[in-house]
Amino acid sequence: MTAAATHESFLEYRRFRWLKLGIGLSILSLLPFFVMAPPAGHNGGTWLGYTLGTIGALLILWLMWLGIRKRRYGPGNWSLKGWLSAHVYLGLALIVVATLHTGFEFGWNIHTLAYALMILVILSGIAGLFVYVRVPTLMTGNRRSQSLDAMAEQIVEIDGEAANVALGLSDEFADLVRMSQNETRIGGSFRRIVTARDPNCGTARAIARARDLARNLDPRTAQRAAELVQTLGRKQELVQRARRDLRYKALMDLWLYIHVPLSFALLITLTAHIIAVFFYWG
Amino acid sequence: MTERYEVAILGSGPAGLSAGARAAQRGMKHIVLERHDIYAQTIQRYQKGKYVMATPDNLPLRSDISFAAGSREEILGIWGEQAEAAGVNLRYGANVQAIEGEKGNFRVTLQGGDVVEAANLVLAIGDQGELRKVGVPGDDLPHVQYQLDDPEAFENETIVVIGGGDSAIENAVALARQNRVYIAYRRPEWARAKAGNITAVEKANQGDNLDILFSTSPEKIETGKIVMRTPEGSREIACHRVIARLGGIPPRGFLERCGIRFPADKNARIPELSLTYETNVPGLYVIGAPAGAAVIKQCMNQGYEVIETISGNPVEPADEPVLAEKLAGLPGRPPVSEALELIRQQLPLFDELTTLQLREFLLDSEAHLLFAGEPVARTSGKAGTILLIGDGVVQLDLTDKRGATQTVTRTTGDFIGDVGFTSGQRRISNVKAATDCVLIEMARRSVVKLLASSPKARDIFERTVVIRQLQDSLSGELTEQDLGPLLDTAEVKRFAVGDALIKEGATDDKSIYFIRSGSVTISSHADGKETVFGVEPAGSLVGEMALLYDRPRTATVTAAIDTEALKIDGSVFKPFLDARPDLRTKIDQAVHDRVLRGVAYQQDPWRGAVADFLVGEGIGEATNALLIDEALCVRCDNCEKACAETHEGIARLDREAGPTFRNLHVPISCRHCENPHCMADCPPNALNRDEKGEVWIDNTCIGCGNCAANCPYGVIRMAVPGPKKPGLLQWLLFGRGPGPGEDEALLKMKKVDKDGKELPKFAKKCDLCRGVKGGPACVRACPTGAAIRVNPADYFQSMGGRS
Repeated sequence: MTAAATHESFLEYRRFRWLKLGIGLSILSLLPFFVMAPPAGHNGGTWLGYTLGTIGALLILWLMWLGIRKRRYGPGNWSLKGWLSAHVYLGLALIVVATLHTGFEFGWNIHTLAYALMILVILSGIAGLFVYVRVPTLMTGNRRSQSLDAMAEQIVEIDGEAANVALGLSDEFADLVRMSQNETRIGGSFRRIVTARDPNCGTARAIARARDLARNLDPRTAQRAAELVQTLGRKQELVQRARRDLRYKALMDLWLYIHVPLSFALLITLTAHIIAVFFYWG
Repeated sequence: MTERYEVAILGSGPAGLSAGARAAQRGMKHIVLERHDIYAQTIQRYQKGKYVMATPDNLPLRSDISFAAGSREEILGIWGEQAEAAGVNLRYGANVQAIEGEKGNFRVTLQGGDVVEAANLVLAIGDQGELRKVGVPGDDLPHVQYQLDDPEAFENETIVVIGGGDSAIENAVALARQNRVYIAYRRPEWARAKAGNITAVEKANQGDNLDILFSTSPEKIETGKIVMRTPEGSREIACHRVIARLGGIPPRGFLERCGIRFPADKNARIPELSLTYETNVPGLYVIGAPAGAAVIKQCMNQGYEVIETISGNPVEPADEPVLAEKLAGLPGRPPVSEALELIRQQLPLFDELTTLQLREFLLDSEAHLLFAGEPVARTSGKAGTILLIGDGVVQLDLTDKRGATQTVTRTTGDFIGDVGFTSGQRRISNVKAATDCVLIEMARRSVVKLLASSPKARDIFERTVVIRQLQDSLSGELTEQDLGPLLDTAEVKRFAVGDALIKEGATDDKSIYFIRSGSVTISSHADGKETVFGVEPAGSLVGEMALLYDRPRTATVTAAIDTEALKIDGSVFKPFLDARPDLRTKIDQAVHDRVLRGVAYQQDPWRGAVADFLVGEGIGEATNALLIDEALCVRCDNCEKACAETHEGIARLDREAGPTFRNLHVPISCRHCENPHCMADCPPNALNRDEKGEVWIDNTCIGCGNCAANCPYGVIRMAVPGPKKPGLLQWLLFGRGPGPGEDEALLKMKKVDKDGKELPKFAKKCDLCRGVKGGPACVRACPTGAAIRVNPADYFQSMGGRS
């Protein structure tokens, strides 16, 4: 087996092979741009413009092919890591290639729309890259070796404990435990998932209310109430962790919901751009 | 009332029924006496739906009753019908009290006073004997039972299971799924159950439905309750049911009372028998399990043969032509019986086998005759076979983990492939005959059985394996004579997780340990805490420093998982090394390597902690493990999808499950253990190990689930095949059918076929994408480089900062 005995990130795949190639492509595109001075100024219609445009269009198609590639699991000496590495670095190089292709001529037209969409796709990709680099570690740290299911199980356990502690207290406290049980939601709406917050969290309210109720009690009851606050506090910590877990997972998926549809919009606009150019040829 | 027959057959199992059917066919006046009120009691007692094997496949069946592999119910159904159709005269409830008389005039007295007279007597009573009763007052109450047909028949009951064997444990675990179960065992710990069953019952013990009561035995049973003697005193448990699985009383006593002679050894189970199964009492025959038959087919053949013999038409055994062909390769083509004797004389491995056992063993083997210089090729196509050198010298190349190749020779009585039998580390290549040779190629399954049934064979085999391991670890040039003194004084020691082999600072202990299986961590104590700075897998030598440099122990060596080590006394090892300066140099260098590795570990204490974690998770016994770096893992589960897509829609890994330490995650996925637990008990021998170490299941799997139960890492799933899938673009563009990856909902639904028959489940596990170009799909499909499959030794080494 040729696989290395250690982990190697897609960013450093084969000693940054695709980073080097991406930089190479950018330099290759920049050189003629500065060396040559076309009579009508730089634009997409010079032979350099056509060349860069063709490279850019082919790159876009190839970059989008990743969506197919990653779902093809057949045999072969391919490595999705290598593909993603190339996708990232060549996608970044596309900024240089396509910008030079425009010759810095922008306007309110289909051509500039295609360029703008492309930049948005790349920006969303950069955001995704940032998420991929940052979030996995956060997620692992947040989990503390506990799966989401295990957290849920432990929450149920703590609910039981809290109910037991509340047995020695007045009914109002028991109501709070019930409220915490029934009105604590993990996940739910888009907003709740992405912010990992629930302004109306039953447990948070129960804790606040329990602290209110726990004033001026006799020593034994006060101790019990403190115990309940502590138990609910433990639950709250777990609930927050579970919410953060969902948030992280959502973040890792979310950017793709922008990146992928924009890519298709780009593909359509790009087609229109190319047809328009050849329609008005000459 | 007295009746007279030409032959009376005791027992209506496969042997008895087959004998009865033959007698009926021949028109002999016969009777089959069955103690119970049903035929084939032992097989009736199998758990519901149990799949019964018809091995060995190449042994012809010679019986008037048919038999092929199938479920218990199918087989029993066929036997019942065919015995009736054949006109077998079966008498149920015939409990034999006494046997007297001689050939021509035997008298069998039954309970109730009836007497059966017969000219010949065939005992086909099986080896289960009578079921052992609890032996306390109330042990025959209606709620006390001694067998369990269908554990699912009971629900929401409190059940006390008595016994600590495999059947007791299997019953208890199965019952605990929907009942409250206590399992009471008279010993303080499990003593005779299979490892897989022990794991299962210990796991169930952690749940709410099962409690293990050790050192507990029944005192009395009353309606609705049982009273037990426990270490804490008497304890009463109210229960709906008591199930005692205490095994049977072996039939030797009964046979001896019939006047049948046994070999001198008091543990012998098989009486002295002629080749036609006749005992020392003329006219009295013993067939089936007490005659050494190991499988159902042999029992049935014996039933047929014994009746033919009695009717004056002796036949050669059914396997004779098959064996003749197998042994045709022997020089001089001796007749089968002579060839068997020859094999037995030449090879002490088979000393303890009866002729019947040897015949059965050889049915599954293949004899090869090779001329000097000829390459050795295995015919079975499975790499799991072992070659036994019957005569001659064989030469082969060995390649170790580091890729160094060495040529060695093996001679008569020696094995080839024996370490590969248990371990995945060493590769053998270029095997050829150095002189003219006779080789016996043995199937893995037969060898497992041989080792289980003959302690002597086990000793011989184990010794050979240890020698190979030592040659592997020290030097391939060492011969058995060289190593003999080490082995003769060595002690096999077992260490449970956390047990120390060596304690830092000890001055009185100068032994060295050779790790046979398992792994150990090496740690030292500094600044008030223990720091792990090394991991040694199976095949390593530890403890040499104290001996070589004559100093106190410099580190503590602890078993990271259950470990078996060979303890060799320093006073024996020192002169052994002193006489071999090259070996001494090699060991010195290994020590230096380890010291350097230790420095790298000490630079970064986390390394030691990570190594400690991995080894604690059993990675030390792996040959190839899936490790995920969670700092890179974007939780896309593409690894699982790729796995499912490569393997019939069923993923063989669970990315999310499994432990994590810092960023290193060990998902639930096969590690292709050095000594695979799963291979320990596979009835059809469907688990294979390839030369590269991958352990895989072929399509002969019968779905018994043994491997899944035996795997301590939970990586084997029992599953029905996944649903058919459309092409990727059809799904992507038109939303047809299930998408890539495993569809759990569909898998759950698809439990019955179109006729409503339940689909069988088969064992599924990682096969390292064997035969798939590009290697493991999970790794190829990981977009970020988080998933790697590595040999842990390489991983530990790269952690140690060396490449």
